[in-house]
Amino acid sequence: MDHNKKKAYLINAIAIVALYLVFFVLIQTKTMNNYFVGIAIMTCIMIIMAMSLNIVAGFLGEMALGHAGFMAIGAYSSASFSMALIDGGLSLPPIITLVLAMVVGGIVAGIFGFLIGTPTLRLRGDYLGIVTIGFSEIIRIFFINFGPTGGAAGLKGITRLVNFNNVYWITIIVAFLIFTLGRSKQGRAIISIREDEIASEAAGIPTTRYKVLAFSLAAFFAGVGGSLYAHYQSFLEPSKFGFMFSIEMFVIVVLGGLGSLTGSIISAIVLTVLPEMLRSFSEYRLLVYSLVLIIMMIFRPQGIFGRSEFSLTAFIESLIRRKNVKNSIGGGEAS
Amino acid sequence: MKKRVVSVLLVVMFTASIFAFAGCSTSGGSSDVVKLGFIGPMTGDAAIYGSSAEEGAQLAVAEINAAGGIDGKNIELIAYDSKADQTEAINAYNRLRDQDGVVAVIGGTLSGETLAMKDIMVSDNMPVLSPTATAVEVTQDAPNVFRACFLDDYQGQAAANFAATTLGAKTAALLIGTGNPYSEGVSEAFKAAFTAKGGTIAGSESYGTADKDFSAQLTKIKEMNPDVVFVPDYVQTVGPILQKAKEMGITAKFVGADGWDGVQEEYADAAQGNYFTNHYAADSPSETVQNFITAYKAEYNKVPNSFAALGYDAVYAMVEAITAAGSTESADIITALNATDHPGVTGTLKFDEEGNPKDKEVTIIKIDGGQLKYDSTVVNK
Repeated sequence: MDHNKKKAYLINAIAIVALYLVFFVLIQTKTMNNYFVGIAIMTCIMIIMAMSLNIVAGFLGEMALGHAGFMAIGAYSSASFSMALIDGGLSLPPIITLVLAMVVGGIVAGIFGFLIGTPTLRLRGDYLGIVTIGFSEIIRIFFINFGPTGGAAGLKGITRLVNFNNVYWITIIVAFLIFTLGRSKQGRAIISIREDEIASEAAGIPTTRYKVLAFSLAAFFAGVGGSLYAHYQSFLEPSKFGFMFSIEMFVIVVLGGLGSLTGSIISAIVLTVLPEMLRSFSEYRLLVYSLVLIIMMIFRPQGIFGRSEFSLTAFIESLIRRKNVKNSIGGGEAS
Repeated sequence: MKKRVVSVLLVVMFTASIFAFAGCSTSGGSSDVVKLGFIGPMTGDAAIYGSSAEEGAQLAVAEINAAGGIDGKNIELIAYDSKADQTEAINAYNRLRDQDGVVAVIGGTLSGETLAMKDIMVSDNMPVLSPTATAVEVTQDAPNVFRACFLDDYQGQAAANFAATTLGAKTAALLIGTGNPYSEGVSEAFKAAFTAKGGTIAGSESYGTADKDFSAQLTKIKEMNPDVVFVPDYVQTVGPILQKAKEMGITAKFVGADGWDGVQEEYADAAQGNYFTNHYAADSPSETVQNFITAYKAEYNKVPNSFAALGYDAVYAMVEAITAAGSTESADIITALNATDHPGVTGTLKFDEEGNPKDKEVTIIKIDGGQLKYDSTVVNK
C-alpha cells in the first residue's frame, strides 16, 4: 500500500468516526430525538439500496427496475429466519441475530438475482427493464397470496433489532464493500461491459459471467437492505414493495449520477430527508418533491456527481492547494 | 460558471434544510393548547379515506373549540399524511410525538399503517384511538390502542343476521376477492353466522384484486340460484360486479359491507334495491347524525362518508376522555378511554377490554333510486 492510499484510508476513517461521534453525541444529549433518528435509519437503508442498485444501473449500465422485488425477498426471508430463531428459544445477542438474518436475507435475494439474471441478461436496455418490472411484480403478488408470511395482511411480530448504531456501521461496511468492488478486477470488468460490450468481450472478458455476477451482487445487497428494513419496521406489507418503490430507488441513483456511489449516497440522503422536510406543505409536498426532481434533472441531467466520485482527500488537497497558490502568488510579488 | 451556480444552489438547499429542521424543533409544548395528532393517507390511492377522516376530525375539533375546548384550553389537531406507506406513517408518528408533543393520536386510518406504528405506540404508552383501522391485530396486546369502528367479522356477522332474519334468505352465495384481507375476513364471518342461523352457503366464487371481468364467476352464481349474494368489497370492484349481474339478469339480492359506501354515485341503477352494512346512515332520524351532517355540509359543501363520521366520533370520544381524566398524562387518558360511553354519530361508543367497540350498532342501508336509504339497525349479541 503506497503512502497516498494509506493517507486516504486514514482521512476517510477519521471522517467516518467523527460523523458517528457527532450523531452519537446528538442522540445522547437528546438534541436529535427519535423522529430524526428514525429518518436517519431510513436514510441509511436507502443508501444501501441505492448503492446496490448502482452496481447494475451504474457500473453495468443496465436498466433494472425491479429492485424492490429483491428487497422484498431479503426482507421476508430474513424476517422469517429471525422469527424462527427467536421462537426456537435461541437467545443470541441481538446484533448476532441481525447479522445472521441479514446474511440469510442477502443470500436468498442473491440466489434469486442469479436465477433471474442468468436467462434475462441476454436482453438489454428497455427489454431488461420490462423483465425486471415483471419479476418484482411476481414477487409482490406471490407475497400477497402466500399464507405463511401473512399474505396481504402483512407479516407481524418481527423483533425490532435495528438501531442507529448498528445500521450506521452496517451501511459503512456495505459502502466499503461496494467501493472496493468498483475498484477491483471484477468491478473494472463490469464497467468495461458498460462502456463497450463487444470490445470487452474481444479483450477476453467473459461478459455473461460478469453481468450475472453484478446482478447477483446487487440483489445480495438489496436483500441486506431489505433485512434491515424488516427489522426496523417490525411489520412487512407486500404492497410496500410495489413498482413505485423500485422507481423511487432508480430515481435516487439517476439523480446521484449513474455510476457514482458517492452521488447515490448524497441523493439517497436528500430524497429521504426532503419529503420529511416538506411536511409543513401538507398536500403540496409531493408536488414540491416532484418539482425539485424536475429542476435538478433540467440543470444537471447527468446527476449530482455524474460518473465521478466525491473524494474527501482530493477535496482537502484542493483546499490546501488553493491556499498554496494564493501564497505563492503573494510570494512572487514580494520577490 | 454554471457549475458554480448549481453548487451554490445545492449549498443553499442544504443549509435551508438544516434551518427548516431547527425551526421545527423549537415549536412544541406550549401549555395553553392541547395537541392531538392525526395520521392517515391524504395523497395517493387511498387519499379519500385519510382526507375524509381528517375532515371529520377537524370539524369535531372546531366544534369543541367553539364550545370552550377542554377546560378552556383550545385543541389543535395536527394532521400528517402517511401516503398509506408504513415508513411514512412511522415518521409521521415520531414527528407528532417528538416535534409536536401531542398528548394523544387519532389514527392511523388504514390497518397496515396502524400495525406498522403499533409497536412504537405501545412502548410509548401513547393513547391511540384509530377511527377506521379494522384489522383484528390493531388492538391486540395493546392496552393503549382503541378503535372507533367495528371489526370486519362483526359486520360480516351483522350482514348475515340481516340476510337470514330480515330478508328471510335460506341460501347465500359468496363472491370473495382473494388477496384482500377485508373481503376475506368479512366473508368468513358471514359464512359462519349465516350457517349458524340455519342458512346454507350455496357456494363461493373468488376473483383476484386486479380482475375487471366477473362474468365467469357470476355465471356460476346464477346457476346456484341463491337468495342472496354477499359481495364485501370496495366500490370500484362492487360497481362492475353489480353492473354485470344486472346485465345477466341475476335476481338474487346483493348484500355488501361498508366498502360499498358511495356505490350510488356511479352505479345507482345496478345497485338498486340492494343492501349493505355501514357505520351510519345520512338520513337516520337521530339528531346527532343530522347535526353532524348539517355542520359537515356547511363546512365542506359535500355529504360526509362514514370515514368522516368515524373521524368525528373518534375526536369527540378522545376529548371526552381527556376531559374526564382531568390531565394530559397518558395513563390517565387511557384509564378514561376504557370508561368511555359516547353517544356518537356512528352509534354508542364503549370499549371492551381489548379496546374494540362493544355492542356497536350496525346500520343497514338500502340503495333506492340513487340514494342511500336507512333501512334498519342491527346489534350483534
